[in-house]
Amino acid sequence: MLARLSQRYGVLIALAAIIALLPLVFPSTYYYRVASLVWVSAFAAIGLNILMGKAGQVSLGHAGFFGIGAYAAAIGPAHLGLPSLAALVVGAGFSALLAYLVGRPILRLRGHYLAIATLGFGALVALVITTESHWTGGPDGMPVAKLSLFGWRAGGSGTWYWIAGGLLLGGAWIAFNLDETPTGRAFRALHDSEIAARVTGIDVNRFKLQAFVIAAVYASLAGSALAMMNGFVNPDQAGFLHSIELVTMVVLGGLGSVVGSIVGAAVLIMLPQFLTVFQEYENLLLGFIIIVSMIFMREGIVPTARRLISRGRA
Amino acid sequence: MPEFFQFLVSGLTVGAVYALVALGFTLVYSASDVVNFAQGEFVMLGGMVTVFVSTAGVPLPLAALIAVGVSIVIGLLLYWLAIAPARGASAISLIIITIGASIFLRGAAQIVFDKQFHKLPSFSGDTPVNLFGAAVQPQSFWVLGGAAVIVLLLYVFLERTLLGKAVLATAANRLAARLVGINTATIMALAFGGSAAIGGIAGILITPITLTSYDVGTQLALKGFAAAMLGGMGNPLGAVVGGLLLGSLEAFGAGYISSTYKDAFAFIVILVVLFTAPQGLFGRRAVERV
Amino acid sequence: MTILKVDDIGIAFGGVKAIDGVSFSVDAGQIFSIIGPNGAGKTTLFNVISGIYEANRGRVELSGENVTSFTPDALATRGLSRTFQNLQIFQRMTAVENVMVGRHLRERCNLFADLFRLPSVIRQNRNTRDAALNFLGEVGLRGSADMLAGSLSYGACKRLEIARALAAEPNVLLLDEPAAGCNSVETEEIDRLIWRVAEKGIAVVLVEHDMKLVMKISHRILVLERGRLLIEGSPREVRDNPAVLEAYLGKHGARQPARA
Repeated sequence: MLARLSQRYGVLIALAAIIALLPLVFPSTYYYRVASLVWVSAFAAIGLNILMGKAGQVSLGHAGFFGIGAYAAAIGPAHLGLPSLAALVVGAGFSALLAYLVGRPILRLRGHYLAIATLGFGALVALVITTESHWTGGPDGMPVAKLSLFGWRAGGSGTWYWIAGGLLLGGAWIAFNLDETPTGRAFRALHDSEIAARVTGIDVNRFKLQAFVIAAVYASLAGSALAMMNGFVNPDQAGFLHSIELVTMVVLGGLGSVVGSIVGAAVLIMLPQFLTVFQEYENLLLGFIIIVSMIFMREGIVPTARRLISRGRA
Repeated sequence: MPEFFQFLVSGLTVGAVYALVALGFTLVYSASDVVNFAQGEFVMLGGMVTVFVSTAGVPLPLAALIAVGVSIVIGLLLYWLAIAPARGASAISLIIITIGASIFLRGAAQIVFDKQFHKLPSFSGDTPVNLFGAAVQPQSFWVLGGAAVIVLLLYVFLERTLLGKAVLATAANRLAARLVGINTATIMALAFGGSAAIGGIAGILITPITLTSYDVGTQLALKGFAAAMLGGMGNPLGAVVGGLLLGSLEAFGAGYISSTYKDAFAFIVILVVLFTAPQGLFGRRAVERV
Repeated sequence: MTILKVDDIGIAFGGVKAIDGVSFSVDAGQIFSIIGPNGAGKTTLFNVISGIYEANRGRVELSGENVTSFTPDALATRGLSRTFQNLQIFQRMTAVENVMVGRHLRERCNLFADLFRLPSVIRQNRNTRDAALNFLGEVGLRGSADMLAGSLSYGACKRLEIARALAAEPNVLLLDEPAAGCNSVETEEIDRLIWRVAEKGIAVVLVEHDMKLVMKISHRILVLERGRLLIEGSPREVRDNPAVLEAYLGKHGARQPARA
């Protein structure tokens, strides 16, 4: 247990060190932007991983919550006169409430039925965002006010790099926290055997709902952060393909692994940046890499690497 | 009333395509437990290959045949190169693989073909036929008739041939099927090839009405999956009913309520159905064994 | 004092009556065994009592409260605990974590405290772990505490399930074939363990195929055949009953003593 405790703080310290030192090797501000994008996506993926990797419940509509967070940051200041930070909090609260209301019936479903229900929910959110154009700007999206705190305005990509990095550290810290608590154990227990979890007195519906709400809040906060960072939102952020992208980050990195979610996000964000060199071969290569890595690292990158390392030691 | 028939016919036409995609989902799912999100890509392939081969001067029927052949080959390759090597991976990993395959095929299509929209000529001209006051495109009959023939052929194949019974046996219990000597790997390849053929044909039939481009697959896969779930995953009849229902719901929703929220009705209905019947309309409720 | 009372339970699957009008009651500290040939409905009966299946008729009472059709987790809060014939351990958790999950109802579980891992959570976690280690010790698995449950042997998993069930400090403990797959030494250990549990005043209901074990430790035995109650009585009464021999071994085998 002590070993695991120190391992957890070891990972957090290493992550903090990477975030702090990475800018030393950045040749241009473009790299700040890509890295910030990785931190924000990793934050969302970590949240989704709590739902998928820990509690074992799939969601193919999680971009819906991401979109709600993003549009809250846009609509709050533009239409409701809310300060950006308040809009972010309102968005997260709304996402939590919606996750709670929708999750109650949805999470009683299993397997592929849960998958299609969450997919349907995500599609509905995306549709509302695309259609209610007087609020959202429709398919073209809308601009987002810059984040300002007590007169200080978060502007350049350098500032956002640190905000996104801090957000990721906080998200990873909370995900690690959960592991050795009654809630975290209940999540993992119902993942492994729902029936055994129930006979030990775990109210599985309640805990599934909690995991769903947590993941929704993570996604919403990530959405708000990205919107403020970009200064712009569009409906794609709530769309099916973005949901799939989030799920792929989680699974590719490794279900249940916090580090895995960060690695998965890094791969999926950075890969297209590199692949743009190949221009129209981008999709082809992206699909190919996803297929090959899932075949040869079916548990995900981080668990596979960990196993190889421990085998090398033995 | 004519309005009603107008909506019904256009709904059933689109629904027939959803039904065929759902049938593909069901076939693959029954044989291999894989939810194949690349299913919509076969519809795209069917349409795109036909368009490009026929513009190269090949007569339409032959071009269509070539397109179905290409779809089948791609379906088999998908199974042999991506699904079979990942045997034993978790359901979600397999879904990611098929999503990867869908991105790959889309990427391949944008290189081999292009990123434009394409149209095929209607098979029997464009003069609408009057039916109960509704103006029906002749192509709608092709779509509905084609879908009916495919469903019928599939039914005969599954119920009347030995190979079909082997498919059903594999779907019911893979281990038992293997024990009685059925080569389940062949059955799975057959399911992938078959579902690719069905998807390809659907693409050829619908392209004169809806146009096609390299990226139509995702939306179709989504609707087809929804239709399959609506009917109860793994049930061919359910897939057909689910598809037709979904198409009609969209048409009526768009016609009578709001066309901007056309896609919403389908998903709202799916959510309501799943809340009241968690195994879909025709799914069986499983007794939990512990 | 009667803790568990089962009255006229009946359940059918697709027209086949799996359990048909079974009644019995178990006192605190009593070891009550349910035996019968394969397919007699023993596990089904357990699944009805523990709320996994809903009976078509009949009534279940726990400590005088009508708990018919309660969910498994609601039954757990009322002191019912069980193990499974086909293992249901939490594979991806360590042995001690499995037992800590068993302490779930004995812990305070607050989402916000857990998310931020407040000092109270850390303190409670330490206590839960200590308690769980003690329960692991009781089944002889203390040395494997930090091993992944999925990597334990079959017999060890069986005992791990018992430890997890005991960790809830139940009034009624349902054990589904605890000695299956165990060698004679391990069976001996389980025998002693069940005695210790009963001595604490827990009502133990046991489904078991090892007749030697059943005859030795049971206070009362119920014989189930094709979903019906064949006879209920002391080990001696059951052993001497010709109908039991017949049910188990068929007419021809009736000369053999029931020791298999």
